[in-house]
Amino acid sequence: MITVTNKNTETGGDVRLSGISKTYDNGFTAVQPLDLTVPQGSFFALLGASGCGKTTTLRMIAGLEEPTTGTVHLGDQEVTRLPPYKRPVNTVFQSYALFPHLDIFENVAFGLRRRGIKSVKKQVEDMLELVQLGEQARKKPHQLSGGQQQRVAVARALINTPKVLLLDEPLGALDLKLRRQMQLELKRIQTEVGITFVHVTHDQEEAMTMADTVAVMNAGRVEQLGSPTDLYENPNTTFVANFLGTSNLIEAEVDSRSGGEIVLKAGGGKLVLPEARYAGPTTTGGKVLVGVRPEKIALTHADEAGEIPVGRNRITGKIADSSFIGVSTQYVIDSPVCPEFEVYAQNIDRDDRLVPGAEVVLHWNPAHTFGLDADQDIDAGIQEEATV
Amino acid sequence: MALVNWLKRHFVVIAGLLTLGYLLLPNVVVTVFSFNKPKGRFNYEWQQFSTDAWKDPCGVADMCGSLSISLQIAFWATVGATVLGSMIAFALVRYRFRARGTVNSLIFLPMAMPEVVMAASLLTLFLNLGAQLGFWTILIAHIMFCLSFVVVAVKARVMSMDPRLEEAARDLYASPVQTFLRVTLPIAAPGIAAGALLSFALSFDDFIITNFNAGSTVTFPMFVWGSAQRGTPVQINVIGTTMFLVAVLLVLTSMVISNRRNKQKA
Repeated sequence: MITVTNKNTETGGDVRLSGISKTYDNGFTAVQPLDLTVPQGSFFALLGASGCGKTTTLRMIAGLEEPTTGTVHLGDQEVTRLPPYKRPVNTVFQSYALFPHLDIFENVAFGLRRRGIKSVKKQVEDMLELVQLGEQARKKPHQLSGGQQQRVAVARALINTPKVLLLDEPLGALDLKLRRQMQLELKRIQTEVGITFVHVTHDQEEAMTMADTVAVMNAGRVEQLGSPTDLYENPNTTFVANFLGTSNLIEAEVDSRSGGEIVLKAGGGKLVLPEARYAGPTTTGGKVLVGVRPEKIALTHADEAGEIPVGRNRITGKIADSSFIGVSTQYVIDSPVCPEFEVYAQNIDRDDRLVPGAEVVLHWNPAHTFGLDADQDIDAGIQEEATV
Repeated sequence: MALVNWLKRHFVVIAGLLTLGYLLLPNVVVTVFSFNKPKGRFNYEWQQFSTDAWKDPCGVADMCGSLSISLQIAFWATVGATVLGSMIAFALVRYRFRARGTVNSLIFLPMAMPEVVMAASLLTLFLNLGAQLGFWTILIAHIMFCLSFVVVAVKARVMSMDPRLEEAARDLYASPVQTFLRVTLPIAAPGIAAGALLSFALSFDDFIITNFNAGSTVTFPMFVWGSAQRGTPVQINVIGTTMFLVAVLLVLTSMVISNRRNKQKA
């Protein structure tokens, strides 16, 4: 396997955005003042629905869009006012933007030639080998398949060993199977070359599979930043809870606190929430949104409710709908505290009584419960996720 | 019955061949009559085969002079109209300015205007300016009416161009000038070439506008028109056939080149 060495490691490839914002001439503010640091060598994802400002942020790093306020630093160098052709940054465009009049070889050689490098043959051939397109060097872009074009776009950017590689929804135009394959491929290339990748996507699964750090953006702001597991397990806002996977959110009221646990009243029952998983105020009678992921919940038929171990959070309800999808069965439960409670059950031992109309008890380990400030829209982020 | 069926099955081919014949028949007639040896001054009836005219194409007084003037005017009109028209097309697509919509429609006006009207008004304009009618007034008039066609051809091409391509070039270390020369221009080239070819053809055979604004200068179309009153020399057919052959040759060469390129790629 050919490796491409990163010559920029010693100079530092951190991307630092300080107070950066973008307001267009028509008055629309795409990005609210925002601070963000992408550490050298990391695979960083900007995740959000269309129009959330993630692409604008990316284009400001590339220099294709000038920020209204704030600065962009690459390592120690300030590049805010530098034109794109003077920045050590390259972009993989959503539409690939391959030059239609040049063949694959010349497309990949373009950046090197513009920097006045004469002998490009060896480098271009190595790069085409890395993306497994050595055979196609003399073809024109339109003669390649979508996946191949995508790899040319990556090769054309990577050959310049930029400090940062920017990827603007690079897999959006590929079909599902190819997309999964390219996700792994891009991850492999990133590990191999060690260049900082900033990846813009609206696909939460893609962001979680590929990135070390994900920044969830909404309406021009970063809602939350963290590792994929951290974001998934400990969402800070309802938007993140609903946009990343599915969350069941229950409106509850603080009843009492004891030994690191908060006891909450929801409907007629009580739920326990670890204090460490809720950052908001906990005065008695205060409102809290209690969240739990659908796969953490177990379903037991009401007849066997007595067999559920004590100490688990439990809610009663009635199965409204169930859909069998192979590895798991997805249930929608109609419960007094939450009208559409979602539960994903692994198909290990299927209970034939769990059909629509059956009375059930939902129960889960209190440690899997998270709390959110009740002072926000409980449905934020749901629509966006549904359109993906 | 069998004949009807055969006709039905081959209808598209027959219709295609008939249309092609319709298009090419005049060219065939011109070519055939360039080998005629007419009795008298008019080359309208087939007499006998001869290559006299081909051996002496400039044998008619003033004809080759007028041809040379026409070629020069067509060349410079093409250059002028292509450069100006391409720039207008880029400006209309790329820049948002207040009068953009108005300019956009005004540009097409010369194409819709009857040529006689334009010719007469141009003459009035030149006379009022006190301009000396001749080569330069013809050239100015030709550049003017060719412009619209170049703008149309180039604009279509520039509009269909992905703006991301230029962004990609800038992202890949190309300065604005390099971006234009390496990416924008090559991609717009087919549109520019189409505009240029159209300009040359339009300018070379324009008669009405030229006739009004030529003064004592005689272009090839004017010469043909003038001689048609008194008699048509066979040499006119020779020139016509040559022009046709040059055009066919150009098309064939470009086809062979692009075929060869595609074969190399595959």
